[in-house]
Amino acid sequence: MAPTTSSSTSSSASVPTAGPAPSTTRGPAPRRAGRGRRASLDVMGWGFVLPFVVVFVVFSVVPAAMALFLSLTDIGIRDLTSPFAVDVVGLGNYASILGSEDFQRAMLNTALFVVVGVPVTMGAGFVLALALDSGIRRMRSVFRAIVYVPVIANVVAAAVLWQYAFTQQGPVNGFLGALGVDGPNWLGRPGWAVVAVLLLTVWRNIGTCMVLFLAGLQSVPEEVHEAAALDGAGYWRRVTAMTVPLLRPTTLLVSVLMSVSFLNIFDEPYLVTNGGPLSATTSVAKWVYDQFGYGRIADSMAGSMVLLVVVLVVSTAQVRLLRSKH
Amino acid sequence: MSVQTPTPTPTAVTVTPTGPGGTRPAAAVAVYVLLVVVSLLMLAPFALVVFGAFKTQGEFTSDPGGWLPDSFTNVHNFVVLFTEKGFGRYFLNSAIVSGVTVVTNVLFSAMAGYALAKVPFRGRSLVFGAVVLAMTIPYVAVFVPQFVIVVQLGLVDTLAGIVLPMLVMPIAVFIMRQFATSVPDELLEAARLDGASDVGVFVRVVLPLLGPAVATVAIFTFLNSWNYFLWPLVVAQSTDTYTLPVGLSVASAAANTTDYGVLLAGSVTILVPVLVLFLFLQRYFIQGIAATGLK
Repeated sequence: MAPTTSSSTSSSASVPTAGPAPSTTRGPAPRRAGRGRRASLDVMGWGFVLPFVVVFVVFSVVPAAMALFLSLTDIGIRDLTSPFAVDVVGLGNYASILGSEDFQRAMLNTALFVVVGVPVTMGAGFVLALALDSGIRRMRSVFRAIVYVPVIANVVAAAVLWQYAFTQQGPVNGFLGALGVDGPNWLGRPGWAVVAVLLLTVWRNIGTCMVLFLAGLQSVPEEVHEAAALDGAGYWRRVTAMTVPLLRPTTLLVSVLMSVSFLNIFDEPYLVTNGGPLSATTSVAKWVYDQFGYGRIADSMAGSMVLLVVVLVVSTAQVRLLRSKH
Repeated sequence: MSVQTPTPTPTAVTVTPTGPGGTRPAAAVAVYVLLVVVSLLMLAPFALVVFGAFKTQGEFTSDPGGWLPDSFTNVHNFVVLFTEKGFGRYFLNSAIVSGVTVVTNVLFSAMAGYALAKVPFRGRSLVFGAVVLAMTIPYVAVFVPQFVIVVQLGLVDTLAGIVLPMLVMPIAVFIMRQFATSVPDELLEAARLDGASDVGVFVRVVLPLLGPAVATVAIFTFLNSWNYFLWPLVVAQSTDTYTLPVGLSVASAAANTTDYGVLLAGSVTILVPVLVLFLFLQRYFIQGIAATGLK
């Protein structure tokens, strides 16, 4: 599954230094392609990628294999220093977590985050990209930078603010009160806590969506719009009939990125609400972390494998769906 | 969003060269209103963080819903942060972790990116596949085994243990490869004909040409390691190895509700270096997103 390579969007105007890079690009063809040159290219290539390969194998391949293996064992907290002296118990961990109410709850919560959060974030990012691409000149890069700033904000710092700002007597309700609205007890009520956590996540992700949509919009050829405008198509007609279909590859990319991001949601619920109240904001990733903290390593690993499979299925399905429509 | 009312384009050539929008004043005003409102929403949290960092504990209890502090010269919270809460040490740790990872990521990802773009070695597509795959693995699926490995290496509660998995991040390799494909083959060929070694070609020809990519990767790596939370939280177990985000989250978990001033001062301390960097180099931040997302 490779969403990042599947995009057929042409190179964007905002990345002038990086040319289009189809993965089939050949390097300098070995002119005197003898056997010796070929072998020396192999040595050289692997030499240059060696540091990456070592880190990748030690900290991605081995851990992923271990996670799969450990999810099939009875490993507990004491076995962490001798992770291979454990008994294999098969799929028992999966059966027990899939049957447990708190894991089901975590899956439902995560599904809610994805189903609400992804469309809201993408929709807002798309509208902002349209606005910035609508022919305004002044302050354009300023607005773009402002919308992007939350993307680079530290999540712990933001979460500390959220905890303070969303207390019942806090600044958010102070602001709402000035507008004549009686603000709720955000972090004390399950439903409102979900909203507060979602607001933080959406705030942090809109900028990414906007930048990607903007790059996509700028790669749409001008002539297409001019021709349609001359034919009498109004703004919204052109957006719905031309921009949206032409942006299909970008939309696919953004929806995969955002879905994966919301499926993996951990920092925000962990930091703002610690999964509460009443487990209302416990995501699957938060649940996995909690099991690790309780020393239930086997359950934790089984949960993480479930999440891995869901992430792969969702991103593959999106690639298929959005491709098959045209 | 309703401010962007439909704008039937007048019959002929009001189309601008920049996109599908009209230039009619009413439409432009609507667009600006939307952008200003959204910008205020985006910036309000930052304003609240800064305002709060200058409030006294008394202000938080006497006027919990207020926005502005009584005085912007009250630096008491920052003094407490650095003298009593150990944030000097955390700041230093964060700087070390970020500094090391920036240097190693730039070097190693430039090497790997160059080879993946320009050296047709056997197994190249396999390695590139690994780069893409590594970017899609959910982090929660691997952090426990990573922790086990770091335990086995005897590096728990060390900065080395924090840095190790981040020495060369797949996203850095990916960005570098995208840029490296635009290096002209003729230059590499010419350097080789002049007798340059493989390493010589890389150091003297490729690296200088990768300038913008180096800037992008350096910034992205800095951002990632400066903001990284879950992994340092797991590896760092004593205040000697806490990074800023870990120190702040631990302080936040331990605090009672009247400590908000100090905690928000901690937030300011984490946010400011990145914001300053962004102010000067935002082009590269945004380039990085576009380069990773769109290619």
